[in-house]
Amino acid sequence: MAYSEKLLDHFKNPKNVGTLDKSDSNVGTGLVGAPECGDVMRLQIQVDAEGIIEDAKFKTFGCGSAIASSSLATEWLKGKSLDEALAIDNMAIVEELALPPVKIHCSVLAEDAIKGAIEDYKSKNS
Amino acid sequence: MSDKRLIYLDNNATTPTDPRVVDAMLPFFHNVPGNAASRNHPFGWAAEEAVDYARDQISKLLDVDSREIIFTSGATESDNLAIKGVFEMYAKKGNHIITLKTEHKAVLDSCKKVEKMGGEVTYLDVDDKGLVNLADLEAAIKPSTIMISIMWANNETGVIQPMKEIGEMCAKHGVLFMSDATQAVGKIKTHPKELGIHLMAFTSHKMYGPKGVGALFVNRKNPRVKVTSQMDGGGHERGMRSGTLNVPGIVGFGAAAEIARKEMDADAARLSVLRDKLENAFKENLEEVYVNGDVNNRMPHVCNISFKHVEGEGLMMTFNQEVGVSSGSACTSASLEPSYVLIAYGLGDDLAHSSIRFSLGRFTTEQDIDETIEMVSKGVNHMRDLSPIWEMYKEGVDLESVVWQEH
Repeated sequence: MAYSEKLLDHFKNPKNVGTLDKSDSNVGTGLVGAPECGDVMRLQIQVDAEGIIEDAKFKTFGCGSAIASSSLATEWLKGKSLDEALAIDNMAIVEELALPPVKIHCSVLAEDAIKGAIEDYKSKNS
Repeated sequence: MSDKRLIYLDNNATTPTDPRVVDAMLPFFHNVPGNAASRNHPFGWAAEEAVDYARDQISKLLDVDSREIIFTSGATESDNLAIKGVFEMYAKKGNHIITLKTEHKAVLDSCKKVEKMGGEVTYLDVDDKGLVNLADLEAAIKPSTIMISIMWANNETGVIQPMKEIGEMCAKHGVLFMSDATQAVGKIKTHPKELGIHLMAFTSHKMYGPKGVGALFVNRKNPRVKVTSQMDGGGHERGMRSGTLNVPGIVGFGAAAEIARKEMDADAARLSVLRDKLENAFKENLEEVYVNGDVNNRMPHVCNISFKHVEGEGLMMTFNQEVGVSSGSACTSASLEPSYVLIAYGLGDDLAHSSIRFSLGRFTTEQDIDETIEMVSKGVNHMRDLSPIWEMYKEGVDLESVVWQEH
């Protein structure tokens, strides 16, 4: 199976790998997937006083498509408001990375991780 | 493929054809064009002679009579012929077959077909090293049992089953013993008659011969075993497998068998040293590395290993521009299920997802192994740097207690 150049680039040079302090009140963490399923994605956002995502980090256990999907998601999140971030659709990730059909679940996981991080941030700040 | 040097460590999938085999085959495409079944002109005679010669070469490798070799298109067809063919031929004697959960799909799916045809199949578990439990096997035998089908060496892990003991058990109970020996023939000594094996499936392309040709050994005497043909037509191969013989392929298969007979001991000795070097380097360089299968009963050229908290396909992507291997990870298949073989060994899904199979071959060099050690170790470290569960493991989080969101 040949992957797209964009996917390979995100896989080989993943953007925003790392860990934010999950106890921080302006950090939201989404952890989705399970080791038994072969992919676990942790996506974190740091939100500034204006409600804009100023930083995003991820770590992913999974195949190349899962890693590329989460790397791309963190790139897209930075500079967005929470509402804009919530509007990110998994099919946009599929298109951007040209994910093959068997890998669509990787993009779903990334969307779930974004929603999870935002939910976590909101529950901390409600 | 690019011009850069590629390292091939997927010899259990298929082996490169030995150049000496290619040389032996070439005259049989154009210069010797005959059909081995054409009995009335020199073209046919030459083809028949070449097939007979190859049959002898193969029977010498197995120490069997050349009339006991039935040519097929490959091991999948041989497995199908053996299982369905015995089921149909021995219908009056019984309808029960015993096999293992870790068999190749060609055996398992043939058994499933037998079940649809009214047969009964017992699929036995294996232990955590991948070995059949002989007491369980004996307990599964009943009056209606006609055959036990157990592979010689597993394709994913290289684990070798206790063939001698199984053969003795089959003899004691008057049950046919069939073995899918695809991964063993031409790599280690495989003399079916010594071990009481009555049918044995194998193929050319796993032993440095061409693809598209395989064989089924069918015991001729004590007992005389027969199978119902699954391919009907001109009555070739003593009526067990119709179809024009693949003369160039068979010539290559024969040449590969002769080379294997002469060289396999030396190949095995050399490859086990390289395999151990690879495996030991991973164990020394990296933490949380698990070798899968019984290391004391294993093919000399196979290493199946799990790098914990790293997903297999992702790991392969770090080096698959340079090194070709395979993984038990779900992501390499369309099914999204990890290796059923490793699951049967009792591995958790997580370790099964983290497994890589390295299978060395005649053309593997020490430089290949040295470079692979470096690239794979680097890849594992890279993937662990990216892995949230590696981070949690390092922080001492009990991963069993985490509530995961399965999807």
